[in-house]
Amino acid sequence: MPTATKAARSRSTGSALPRYLLRRLGTSIVLLFGVTLVTFVLTALVPGDPIAAALGEGAIQNEATVEAYRERYGMDRSLPERYLLYLLALVQGDLGTSIRTSRPVLEELSTALPATVEVAFAAIVVSLAVALVLGTIAACRAGKVSDQVVRVVSLVGLSVPTFWLAIMVYRLFFMQLGWAPGSGRLSPALNPPPRITGLYLVDFALDGDPVGFIDAAAHLVLPVVVLSLFTIGLLTRFIRSSVLEVLSTDYVRAARAKGLSSRRVIVGYLLRGASLPILTMVGVAFGALLSGTVLVEAVFAWPGLGTYAYYAAINLDLPAVMGVGLVVGVIYVVINLVVDLLYGVLDPRVRLG
Amino acid sequence: MSAQVSRMSRAADARVSRRSKRRLPAAWRSPLALVGIVIAGAWFLAAILAPWIAPYDPLAQGLPRLTPPGEYSVLGTDVLGRDALSRLLHGARVTIPLAGVLVVCAMVLGTIIGAVAGYIGGWVDEVLGRLTDLFMAFPTVILAMVIAAALGPSLYNAVLAGIVVTWPMYARVTRSLVMSLRSQNFVIASRLLGYSPWRSMGTDILPNVMGPVLVLASLEVGTAILLLTGLSFLGLGAQPPTAEWGSMISGAMQNIDAWWLGVFPGLAILTVVMAFNFIGDSLRDVLDPLSSAERQGAGSAVGPTTVNADEGDPSAAVPSEPTEQEAPR
Amino acid sequence: MSTVLSLTDLAVELGPKTARRQVVRGVTLDLVAGQIQGLAGESGSGKTVTAMAVLGLLPGSATVSGSVRMGTTELTTLRKRELNRVRGRRIAMIFQDPSASLHPQLSIGAQLTDHVRHHLGMKRKEARGRAAELLDRVKVPDPESALNRYPHQFSGGQRQRIAIAMALACEPEVLLADEPTTALDVTVQAGILHLLRDLVDERNLAVLLVTHDLGVMSAVADDVAVMRHGRLVESGARRQMFTDPQHPYTRQLLEAMPDAQESEIL
Repeated sequence: MPTATKAARSRSTGSALPRYLLRRLGTSIVLLFGVTLVTFVLTALVPGDPIAAALGEGAIQNEATVEAYRERYGMDRSLPERYLLYLLALVQGDLGTSIRTSRPVLEELSTALPATVEVAFAAIVVSLAVALVLGTIAACRAGKVSDQVVRVVSLVGLSVPTFWLAIMVYRLFFMQLGWAPGSGRLSPALNPPPRITGLYLVDFALDGDPVGFIDAAAHLVLPVVVLSLFTIGLLTRFIRSSVLEVLSTDYVRAARAKGLSSRRVIVGYLLRGASLPILTMVGVAFGALLSGTVLVEAVFAWPGLGTYAYYAAINLDLPAVMGVGLVVGVIYVVINLVVDLLYGVLDPRVRLG
Repeated sequence: MSAQVSRMSRAADARVSRRSKRRLPAAWRSPLALVGIVIAGAWFLAAILAPWIAPYDPLAQGLPRLTPPGEYSVLGTDVLGRDALSRLLHGARVTIPLAGVLVVCAMVLGTIIGAVAGYIGGWVDEVLGRLTDLFMAFPTVILAMVIAAALGPSLYNAVLAGIVVTWPMYARVTRSLVMSLRSQNFVIASRLLGYSPWRSMGTDILPNVMGPVLVLASLEVGTAILLLTGLSFLGLGAQPPTAEWGSMISGAMQNIDAWWLGVFPGLAILTVVMAFNFIGDSLRDVLDPLSSAERQGAGSAVGPTTVNADEGDPSAAVPSEPTEQEAPR
Repeated sequence: MSTVLSLTDLAVELGPKTARRQVVRGVTLDLVAGQIQGLAGESGSGKTVTAMAVLGLLPGSATVSGSVRMGTTELTTLRKRELNRVRGRRIAMIFQDPSASLHPQLSIGAQLTDHVRHHLGMKRKEARGRAAELLDRVKVPDPESALNRYPHQFSGGQRQRIAIAMALACEPEVLLADEPTTALDVTVQAGILHLLRDLVDERNLAVLLVTHDLGVMSAVADDVAVMRHGRLVESGARRQMFTDPQHPYTRQLLEAMPDAQESEIL
């Protein structure tokens, strides 16, 4: 999240929040434009034939069908023309129609995205909680056995192939032990909650349905555990070095000299001091999580963005792929924005200027 | 999985230091590195010797199907009656070299782009910087997946996709290193003496960039293996009947009761990646004494003697990625 | 004249196993209520480590031997929980650089009240009232609003005043001041030293003033001890030390200091 403090600094030099947001909006639009362009070029200039992928062996022989298809998806036009048409539709909120499912891409994304956000958000919360504990222990006991253990554990966490771990826990905890539900977001017997946010946990809670809430939470457990492992490794190592840096500051020594309990010193002074870099890293970790979801969703039949991206990609479903690229870009922009705004909350030097 | 940024941050931490070059052998003395070297060495041997030590042809289907480990073969047989152990050993011949190719290509590409951006600066830097940002906005696996799918599923296309998604971090690290080095007095002096930009690049700058970049690369081998096996798992890399770990795990998913088919390829990936991560992490410790555990030790001389001590540490301006924004621009 | 804190034969070893060094060797000092005990010496002489050792603030790898006694309590062997009841409550400390010793992300009010609430069990409001009084006493302008502000909004001198207020918040008997004026402008130094002297007289504080600056020393200390290579080479009343130094090292230091006699500000 490289622009975090730069933007923060510009705020502290006197410009107000609205001006910052406006500038942010500008760079975001440029970035999103770039993202659509890259996605478009990648998918349009490559040898694969989406029509063939969509129609299958039989229909591809029929020239009329192929022509109709080409026309329907605008593939009879030149590339720049197609890109402009796409952008034009995009400005009007139209992401096109999926070749594979013949449904509007926007509609499909709006159900896939919350599924992924739910699992990724839960995973980031779990990872951060675990990593804060492990990283702080490692830093406070730097060089000791516990530090070495944490180091090895986090390196191993970074080395586990996520998709393999997903299969392993699926086999063990679902098939063998039956401790956790295996796949999907909900047991087949239950109906999804009335859609408010698209996040099942939130919607069930708003709906006041404890049964659904517990079931949805249970379905989250395995994917979240699998996804968290990698980010735990990532964040633990980073938190260790950030905390280590703060540990040698005078203000932590001063807090200890005040006779505060270790817990107060660690939470109130140490972690607060390390919070800014950690926050930035959490943003980065969230991006890494999105990558992980593609593989994990495949195992747990989780109807999220990863699964959607996978089917879009293997079917060369261009509108869908473009949609995924756009959503991913938007997520990136939003994470940056949230990190920046939280910087302002956590650091008075940014807030008050 | 991607972790591209994480690896980058770790390597960016690594400081340039002549002294640390002399101290390099210290890395091999750390127990972590030793474990890594032993495991990685074992897998290298397995890869080289696979044709001789594997009990069967990895593609031969002559054995009874889906037998558990021990009955006909050490690690059992798969659904087509192939020997799992032989496939596992031959898998090392596929993934490890390709991951190496991926990392080397991405490193060369990224370093060149980063060096050009950092050295020339101005609008060239601006354009290349935006391009780098753009590629980093995509989650690695999603971008690689789209590329691999578009190019058509094959191992080589997976490697190509991997290169496309991983070069930006080398570019970033190199760019910031080059930019800070460029303003060092000893570089300016050599330019004032009339040496060409090429010479100053070759003799003053690149040697000092190589350390951190190589550390980054060593950490990236693991990520590359995870990416390639992941793509193969999704069917976008190795195609049947190639004996490749990712696709072996994918095949195991269809026969989930035959636990041995999934467990061992996964352990293979895990151990190889772990070995490279251990080695890379120990290397970084040596190149970057500040991050190592002893830094707490009573203000012992932790500051690395730099290329040019009185000019200050050229790497001091090298951002560790997440805090990059702190560095004045 | 009553001794509040006595260091006897204090010794400290620091460093990694392979390069263990004795940084403080056999230091014996008494801090007396209402008096400022100066501890002078060049950097690396072990004076700061001595102050840190009193409060047990050294890294876990340090070994401290000898005794630090406060009344009937031996501090070097106290367990952490008991030590925490002494820290901040009976012995407080101020550090060299107030911009580093105040937490940049916490309001002045929070930093001035958290230990008061912790040690004295005060309610938030009560503690803030006391904090405002203290800020007023150390001459920070507009104390009420200062509580809601953050360290970066104050000047260096004001920050050190705030740090002093923070140290005095629980009315400690002993104050350890580690180079309290070194990081400040010369013009600001005098003000801080004046304040320190006033507070000592007013509250009958026993102060250990660690500094390398003999000017500061001659300005406010009642007694002066000189440290070198971890040992005390000489100690005694200030006037005697400055007019008739016994140890050659003290003489050297004095000669190196321009106008030692004239720099007295009191």
